[in-house]
Amino acid sequence: MLNLRRAGRDRSRQAPWIVSIYRTDVGKKYAMAISGVVLLLFVLGHMIGNLHVFEGAHGGTFRIDEYGEGLRELGEPLFPRTLVLWAFLRIPLTIAFLIHAHAAFALTRSNRAARETKYQSPRDYLAARYASRTMRWSGVIVLLFLAWHLADLTIGVEAVNPEFVRGAVYDNLVSSLSRWPVWILYVAAQVALAFHIWHGAWSLFQSLGINNPHFNRFRRTFAHIFATVVVAGFLSVPVGVALDIVS
Amino acid sequence: MHLTLRVWRQDGPEAEGRFETYEAAGIHQDMSFLEMLDLVNERLLTAGREPIAFDHDCREGICGSCGLMIDGRAHGPQGSTATCQLHMREFSDGDTIVIEPWRATSFPIVRDLVVDREAFDRIIEAGGYIGAPTGSAPEANLTPVPKETSDAAMDAAACIGCGACVAACPNGAGQLFTAAKVAHLNLLPQGQPERWMRVERMVETMEEYFGSCSNHGECEPACPKGISLDNIAMMNRDYLLSKIRNRKLGGY
Repeated sequence: MLNLRRAGRDRSRQAPWIVSIYRTDVGKKYAMAISGVVLLLFVLGHMIGNLHVFEGAHGGTFRIDEYGEGLRELGEPLFPRTLVLWAFLRIPLTIAFLIHAHAAFALTRSNRAARETKYQSPRDYLAARYASRTMRWSGVIVLLFLAWHLADLTIGVEAVNPEFVRGAVYDNLVSSLSRWPVWILYVAAQVALAFHIWHGAWSLFQSLGINNPHFNRFRRTFAHIFATVVVAGFLSVPVGVALDIVS
Repeated sequence: MHLTLRVWRQDGPEAEGRFETYEAAGIHQDMSFLEMLDLVNERLLTAGREPIAFDHDCREGICGSCGLMIDGRAHGPQGSTATCQLHMREFSDGDTIVIEPWRATSFPIVRDLVVDREAFDRIIEAGGYIGAPTGSAPEANLTPVPKETSDAAMDAAACIGCGACVAACPNGAGQLFTAAKVAHLNLLPQGQPERWMRVERMVETMEEYFGSCSNHGECEPACPKGISLDNIAMMNRDYLLSKIRNRKLGGY
């Protein structure tokens, strides 16, 4: 019988367990899938929160403004204001985003190295969809959009959104989306997001080894529904602004 | 049938390759793809030119020697078919057929359409075997195997190691091959003693040579033996389980 231990390997020099897993491509795919699940839950929650926009005003304040303030006040009075928002939402999401991006970068490098000379004639793909082959580009588009979106509606950078007023969520988004180049940017980014999460929401099951003949056929369906619901929800806001439902 | 072939010609591993065009007249629809190439080669030899080098052996779809990228598809247009089992009736008179070798850094081109698939041997060496006692054959009914398990293992064992999965994969990943070999042995009772060592070593050896799996699913329809993507999920699961178990046991 073979020795379970790899010959000549010095255990004291080994990287910590979780790091040694992350160093492999399979491990990076696990990291990709787990951070992807966190980010999928975030986009779902964000989309549902956005729908407050359609509730309009209530007692002089817009419902979405109250919702935004509510996020900052999460955990009060047990925790100070914005602590829960930072500790349980913003920081973990940033970490998930960084892991997701790092794994994507490292895996892309590994894949490029695996085929240094490309096919010299056109490929005829049978299963690889447009979405799956453009993950790194849709991911980069979403990343660039995120930078704009944070500057536009979270931080309120003067150059990006001159009319920004802190806490006035409703007015900010209406004034921002009333500028047509910005409107196009938001819609285009949602289309990229749709492609990205459509492939991701199915791919994560394979990467995590979640495979069972009883539910395998539902995995694609889940991805179709998830991507459609999230992106339809997100698109409803710019569409609402365009149709003057939100103004 | 009269066909036009655009074939990748490369004089050696380091040589600059190029497409060359050949007219193939008088091709019968009942010829296999390799027989068609044989005919073209005979004519090239008669004309005093260098024949096209391509890999082949059994010509009955079970050895895994042949493998060509035909019109951008591994093993050509017919599903679940190795190049040798592809027949010219899949093409029409007047077609232009583009033939390229497998392209992967770890499958270096030897000559023309022949690639070196030794990287697969390195993966098998790393764990694609079982530790069997020597001596007389054990009693056949000593180790019962459930029918479903046996079927799943045999489906995985159908892999002939042709490399179409790597060739078809946009990432040049060897996951389907490795996963088939892991699943074949990890499903069976005979494979249990080395189960965790096997998956770790085979995955880590695979990663020395090939890309990573993005779940494009391109390998599955390219596979002449119809190996399922489900094996890749099983390999991923076993890999993580192995990392957890070996940690508990003080292994690597």
